[in-house]
Amino acid sequence: MTIDELVHQVGEWLRGEGPYADIVISSRIRLARNLEAFPFLSKASDSDREQIYRVLIDSVSELKIGDDTLVVDIDDADELDRQLLVERHLISRQHAEGDGTRGVAIAEDEQTAVMINEEDHLRIQGMRSGLQLAGLFEEVNRIDDQLQQRVQYAFDKRWGFLTACPTNVGTGIRVSVMLHLPALKLTGQIEQMFRAAKEMHLAVRGLYGEGTDAIGDFFQVSNQTTLGQTENDIVEHFGSEIIPKIVKFELTAREMLEKDKSTLLDDKIWRAWGTLENARTISSDESLFLLSHLRMGVNMGRCKDIDLSKLNMLFLRSQPAHLQKLEGRRLDGEERSVARARYLRNILESNN
Amino acid sequence: MSLCQRCNKAPATVHLLDILPDSDEKRERHLCEQCAGEEGLTTQKHESINEILSSFIKQASGMPQKPDLACPECGMTFREFRANGLLGCPNDYNAFEKALAPLIERAHDGGTHHVGKAPRGEGGETPKFSKLAQLRRELQDAVDAEDYERAADLRDTIKSLESEQG
Repeated sequence: MTIDELVHQVGEWLRGEGPYADIVISSRIRLARNLEAFPFLSKASDSDREQIYRVLIDSVSELKIGDDTLVVDIDDADELDRQLLVERHLISRQHAEGDGTRGVAIAEDEQTAVMINEEDHLRIQGMRSGLQLAGLFEEVNRIDDQLQQRVQYAFDKRWGFLTACPTNVGTGIRVSVMLHLPALKLTGQIEQMFRAAKEMHLAVRGLYGEGTDAIGDFFQVSNQTTLGQTENDIVEHFGSEIIPKIVKFELTAREMLEKDKSTLLDDKIWRAWGTLENARTISSDESLFLLSHLRMGVNMGRCKDIDLSKLNMLFLRSQPAHLQKLEGRRLDGEERSVARARYLRNILESNN
Repeated sequence: MSLCQRCNKAPATVHLLDILPDSDEKRERHLCEQCAGEEGLTTQKHESINEILSSFIKQASGMPQKPDLACPECGMTFREFRANGLLGCPNDYNAFEKALAPLIERAHDGGTHHVGKAPRGEGGETPKFSKLAQLRRELQDAVDAEDYERAADLRDTIKSLESEQG
């Protein structure tokens, strides 16, 4: 499999299926691990980094994380390819923009991606659309078990799995759920959700993780505590308490809008449609924002002119790197806005 | 774009629908980013893990410290860790244990000891797995061992269990 082939897939996280798929975009779990025999990356020499990379790429390749595995040497990769992997949530921005020998192994279904030499030596991540945490943890845990038969992890009885940043120490687990919360945003209740999340020691971030803004009503909720709780407790708490609560909050807001503000609601949805179908130049932030309103319209059954899978495809392919891959050439910011508007218009018009 | 209802100067980018308590009355308000911020309604600003850590580190910086606290294995000093939030090697957890312990406890909501999964032979609590997970692991082991007969049996069992669970 090649990176260019990825462009033509929709990607696991935007498949639009699974429990609560109208509100929960995707579930992700990652485990942070380090090799005992090497320093963490801040103190690793170039030769250490290369050795870590070799050992881990070989071990991960042996495991066959998918039917077909794509291995990308990020240090060698083209900038556009790196950005494409970020847009597909297969690597972090930090990994794309970092330095030195580093890489990622990606299963062809994009449900598993193992980053090597990001902040830790190893970050095993699993992804599913909708709310599917329990099965996902089993899968990530299985890969972790198999890797442990091949390499010796840095582990301490008191502190658990040792990580470069002490905020990940212990289980090294980060559970992240991406939510689409347009009604909470429209009704001005999103701040309440943030406060509640903070009280529960959760982090709320934007679409592309740490340090990114929430664009188009998409929010990532994740755990901050990795020590003193078992993996199962963390996963279970998320899957059966935290997320269902937020989902219910959003559903209540949607019902309220439908009942009392249906004109306002339809106005948002159809203005979004109108702009997307007619714009001649559009930024990626604006298109995300409008596609978010359209997605709300589709999920609330008020817009039946497009289905969720097509909409998800628009989300992904209107991103900068995807757009340039589809156009087959590099585009500057202005050219991208024009190409994006043309692409969106074509798809929405052909849909009528 | 309409103007902020509070200052009447900047474009309104924050749109609110308040439902007033004890009545069904709703109030729409359109504010600019700054006025929304002044009313405590800013969006999108969340502390990253690093921000939290650095605030802990700043708070902890007043704590008595040996000035030359350094890890004999990687050479990382505690001062260096405070500057960038990342440790240098696994042994730093020993070398800086006293200084790190309170930071870690705060970052983990009071958690002081690992209670999760442990590598084989390390003791600790092994996580509980569902029957399905156990079977999947056995299947992988069987495939690894090229025991295809057993693998086929396991696959069938898994399939029937999966369909039961829907």
